[in-house]
Amino acid sequence: MNWAAVLALGAGTYLLRLAGIVLRDRLTVPERVERYLDLGATALLVALIATATLTADGGFAGWARPAGVLVGAVAAWRRVPFVLVVVLAAGTTAGLRAIGLP
Amino acid sequence: MSAFTVSDMRSLSRTLPGALHSDDLRDALALAAAIAVVGASFGALAGTAGVPLPLMVALSVVVFAGASQFLVVAVVASGGNVFAAVAAGLLMNARHVPFGLAIGGNIADRWPARLLGAHLLLDESVAFSRSRGSGPRARAAYWACGILLFVFWNTGAIVGRLAGAAIPDPDAFGVDAAFPAALLAMLLPALRPADARRVGLAAAVVALAATPFLPAGVPVIVGLLGLLAARTAPVAREAS
Repeated sequence: MNWAAVLALGAGTYLLRLAGIVLRDRLTVPERVERYLDLGATALLVALIATATLTADGGFAGWARPAGVLVGAVAAWRRVPFVLVVVLAAGTTAGLRAIGLP
Repeated sequence: MSAFTVSDMRSLSRTLPGALHSDDLRDALALAAAIAVVGASFGALAGTAGVPLPLMVALSVVVFAGASQFLVVAVVASGGNVFAAVAAGLLMNARHVPFGLAIGGNIADRWPARLLGAHLLLDESVAFSRSRGSGPRARAAYWACGILLFVFWNTGAIVGRLAGAAIPDPDAFGVDAAFPAALLAMLLPALRPADARRVGLAAAVVALAATPFLPAGVPVIVGLLGLLAARTAPVAREAS
């Protein structure tokens, strides 16, 4: 790890963040394309949720994590307050791990 | 960032807190508390990997993208090539481009504020802001979430670096389940239209199927292929 690596990753990541924002400002986007941009964010977030829930290091993440996410998902669906969703998901997973489920 | 003047800061600080709902502040604080735990584990890992404190702080403040930070530190700790690690980290962070395209309008009107706000573009701030629509409330939610996560992530990282081995494994607290659950809770309103549900399902299937074969972070980007499941009927009707 060195300063050049930190600056390269930092500058590159910032430019990636800025690129979409600048593009969005410069382009006049027809409504139909705007819908796809919005759906694109949905696609990325669902892909992120699915992989973060079920996978770790390219393999299966074990049962405790998806079980916690499932409890959180049901809570969110039943309109339980957000803070409680987070606590229920983490608590379920932590509890299952405490009793030895990976 | 030097273009960000005191008057911009004043106009932001005048308009944003007024539009910020106390519910949104509470929800952002819940996310921030969870990110602090992950930040502490990042700091502890950096310590184990022998990353000096100033370099770790710089990495955490300047990059501010957790998964890519873990990636580079892990690669370096295992004796891998640091520039290959940076390239892998950038590939992982490429998802910020479509995120910026989708919520570029939810940040600020003026460029100096946008340049600052760009650094706060995160999975969580994107999902959080989108769940609050696209008006003043969504903007305030974006900044509140981004600023709180920035402060808690970096504070957590410094605490973790200093405490080192005394930091317990964050998995023991289940925070790895908290983030997907939180993102899903924020995403639910956007998944109401049948179209969005189809796209989401396809994105999940594609990303999961790609996971064993692609480097970390890339399956999420491949999830964009889920867009193919969007109904093209409205477009076809327009054309005819």
